[in-house]
Amino acid sequence: MTVAAEGSPPLRVAGARRSPLLQSEAVQGFALISPTFLYALILLVLPILVVIAHSFWTQDYLTIDHTFTLENYRIALTEPIYRDLLWRSLYISLTVSALTVILAYPIAYFISFHGGRHKSLWLFLITIPFWTSYLLRVMSWKVILGYNGVLNSGLIGLGIIHEPSTALLYNSSAVIITLTHAWATFAILPIFVSLEKVDRTLVEAATDLGDGPLRSFLRVTLPLSAPGVISAALIVMIPTVGDYVTPKLVGGKDGVMIANAIQAQFGKASNWPLGAALSVTTMVIVSLMAGATVLVIRAIQRLAR
Amino acid sequence: MTAMRRFLPSWLTSYAILYVAFLYLPVIFLPIFSINTAATPKFPLSGVTLHWYEDLPRTPALIDATWNSLLVGVSASILSTVLGILAARSITRYRYPGRRTINGLIMAPLVLPEVIVAISMLLVMLQLGLSLSLFTVVLGHVLVCIPYSMTVLTSGFEGFDRSLEEASADLGESAFGTFRRVTLPMVAPAIISSLLVCFTISLDEFIIAFFLTGTEATLPIYIWGQLRFAAKLPGVLALGTLLLVASFVLMTVAEILRRRAARRTQNEGGLYA
Amino acid sequence: MLERVQPERTQSDRVMIEIRDVTRSYGAFKALDDASLNIREGEFFSLLGPSGCGKTTLLRMIAGFDTPTSGSIAVDGQPMDGIPANRRPTNMVFQSYAIFPHLNVEQNVAYGLKRLKLQGGEEKRRVEEALAQVSLTGLGKRRATELSGGQRQRVALARALVMRPKVLLLDEPLSALDKKLREQMQVELRRLQQAVGITFVLVTHDQYEALAMSDRIAVMFGGRIAQVASPKEIYQRPVNRQVADFLGGMNFVKAQIVAENGASLVVDTLGFGRVKTDKPKAFVRNGGAATLGIRPERLRVLWDNASAKFEVAGKVVERHYFGEITHLIVEIPGLEKPLSVTETNDFGADDIPVGAPIRLAYDPEALVAMAD
Repeated sequence: MTVAAEGSPPLRVAGARRSPLLQSEAVQGFALISPTFLYALILLVLPILVVIAHSFWTQDYLTIDHTFTLENYRIALTEPIYRDLLWRSLYISLTVSALTVILAYPIAYFISFHGGRHKSLWLFLITIPFWTSYLLRVMSWKVILGYNGVLNSGLIGLGIIHEPSTALLYNSSAVIITLTHAWATFAILPIFVSLEKVDRTLVEAATDLGDGPLRSFLRVTLPLSAPGVISAALIVMIPTVGDYVTPKLVGGKDGVMIANAIQAQFGKASNWPLGAALSVTTMVIVSLMAGATVLVIRAIQRLAR
Repeated sequence: MTAMRRFLPSWLTSYAILYVAFLYLPVIFLPIFSINTAATPKFPLSGVTLHWYEDLPRTPALIDATWNSLLVGVSASILSTVLGILAARSITRYRYPGRRTINGLIMAPLVLPEVIVAISMLLVMLQLGLSLSLFTVVLGHVLVCIPYSMTVLTSGFEGFDRSLEEASADLGESAFGTFRRVTLPMVAPAIISSLLVCFTISLDEFIIAFFLTGTEATLPIYIWGQLRFAAKLPGVLALGTLLLVASFVLMTVAEILRRRAARRTQNEGGLYA
Repeated sequence: MLERVQPERTQSDRVMIEIRDVTRSYGAFKALDDASLNIREGEFFSLLGPSGCGKTTLLRMIAGFDTPTSGSIAVDGQPMDGIPANRRPTNMVFQSYAIFPHLNVEQNVAYGLKRLKLQGGEEKRRVEEALAQVSLTGLGKRRATELSGGQRQRVALARALVMRPKVLLLDEPLSALDKKLREQMQVELRRLQQAVGITFVLVTHDQYEALAMSDRIAVMFGGRIAQVASPKEIYQRPVNRQVADFLGGMNFVKAQIVAENGASLVVDTLGFGRVKTDKPKAFVRNGGAATLGIRPERLRVLWDNASAKFEVAGKVVERHYFGEITHLIVEIPGLEKPLSVTETNDFGADDIPVGAPIRLAYDPEALVAMAD
């Protein structure tokens, strides 16, 4: 402990400049991370900047016209087809993140508070399906929800319906179900982590002060786990808005999302700037939506007191 | 009140079991229908056969895709683990300004839509005049693997008592000797775990490979191509089942190793554990 | 505290560690401020002070894990500038013990010897010897993760001693142990040091630990060395109120200097009258005022009609029972603060009623003058 307190004062005076040792500590640390940092700069930051740049240009058959224009954004925001896709994507990702968080909370709570000795086994059980191929998981839903699929044949076999229902596959609901399943683990982990941090004596204190189990949960546990809920919501919302495989495989015409349109612009339609503008627009709007979600959750958290 | 208290956990337990079933159920249909004689996946099964599995090694395109996937997976896992080691070591050992920002940037691919990451890289690679190939797929996979590698390695490096390395130096060992005799043996399980995790991710990754590959297909791309043909579904299911089993085994081993690494570095026993 | 039973080892006056004007600063913050100190060969030396006083920084600079911003450190006459930790004739027992978790006890102890490539069974012999020194014979194959706190500490000791260092550095080695084990280890550490005759430098924040084990103690505050002396002198003749306070309870009485010469000081106090005391070496006069200190156990209760040459009278205002002793708070007319008195319970100090008049005897020798 004293080592931490005295032996490594760099922690305390991180801003100080004169010390050669401190400088070498910072330099060493930075040197060590720089290959990875550079990799992320070149293959993530630079590409995103290039995409943003493209979004202000125009496709001129095979070449790119580098004159600055907002035309792509006009198209992305006003063309009914893109507007609809964008709205649908936002609707789907919002619904999916709400569903995953609501479904995931009790299980995260169960593992954290009642997992006992088997905590890590439960966590392991829950993470394993996540590690299997995303493509394969989407494919299984296609098998389940398909016209000749498991659900239909099962329902017919039970005599509940007489001919296969087409309502199951190739629509937004199929996309929502599939995504909710695919992102479940991602929602459970952050909530679990924040629940683990809740000091158990706080719950006891609430009980001691007269709260029943439900009240102490609503007034202590739930508000304290809000950071986990927030990160779970964001960690699901942002990636799902740009999902490509699920709408393509189970979405049908009714469940097409913005990523499919973006892909089309980089593929068949070959209009990179429009594709870029669609990507940027999606990212900006989903970030706004994410920000709003954070504010709403925080507001609810405040109400809980 | 007491009734409710007793009721709550049992209600929760049933929910937890149902939830796990929900997680596993869809996946379980893949192996089930991969041994069905009929081409359409529906109940009841028309008969049990290993025919679809026997067909797999007789498909040249599949063999190519398998080799491609292995090549990409091995390269991506080694590269991302090396980059992950550097970054995780830097993050857990040193304090410097901008550390959190850099960490956030490196972890960012984890929360960005894959399509956007993929098309961004595609644009840059085309601009740079790189022709699309398995190499570009490896570049893309490394980017998405690093955050996972970092997570695994940081949990192995964290709590690594710095005085262990100091003790080694104090006992006369050189910097390299300390790395070889103390640091490496302590973090080896975490490194192997990271390799396995990255390999699994690369093996299963579709979107980035889909955008960044040239003419060579990896296994998920091969599967994607086959999905258009209803008649080939059972073969795809058989292949998918094999992939599932591979992922499952790799991840189980990785998890066991990661835990061992975390246990090791925790320097348990003393009050200062 | 613990009585030392062994005869004092004769120490040479040869300097083993020479610390000259060492400063260690981090930006504007000085962890160590112009420290100078000689530690003798074969000495058990303690660096004592509260956390943040710079004692660990100094220890780590001797070990080579930290570098002085200015000043120099020499071990056994050799300047240590630029010599890395792995080539210094010092070895360390870390606060966390830093037992390599992937090695067993034997491998931990042999860790540093491996590099020396010893001939024949020499390595094994030295490991056995070191394990015997710390009473761990037979536990060589034990896994590091299966050891108790006390055993880990012994392994850390053996691992350092087996290197036959000129100086053994100990960074709060007992702080992770429970009270009983800590007291037992204090005796053992002292015995071990007497047996091997190596210079030990101990860092601790526990004054009893330092008093019980050391030949000499350096008390440090805020990066500065306040006093270097034997345990007895540190306890009985602290140079200032800070040192006095850190070493245990002390009553402070305001005094006016009446006369001063090379060796002694005459002061006037309200409660104790005119007192002549030894002048501390480090005494620097600061105007006419000074402070007199007396430890609570040096005030003795006078029973019934007993009388003493030097006594003060007052009234008991509080009484606290501590088992073998009782702590009395006594108000003395003229003193701005009541005196603390600790008295053994052999004669019934625990029965003195609060509010009772009381007389206290003291020895003027026990009064120590401190600069204000």
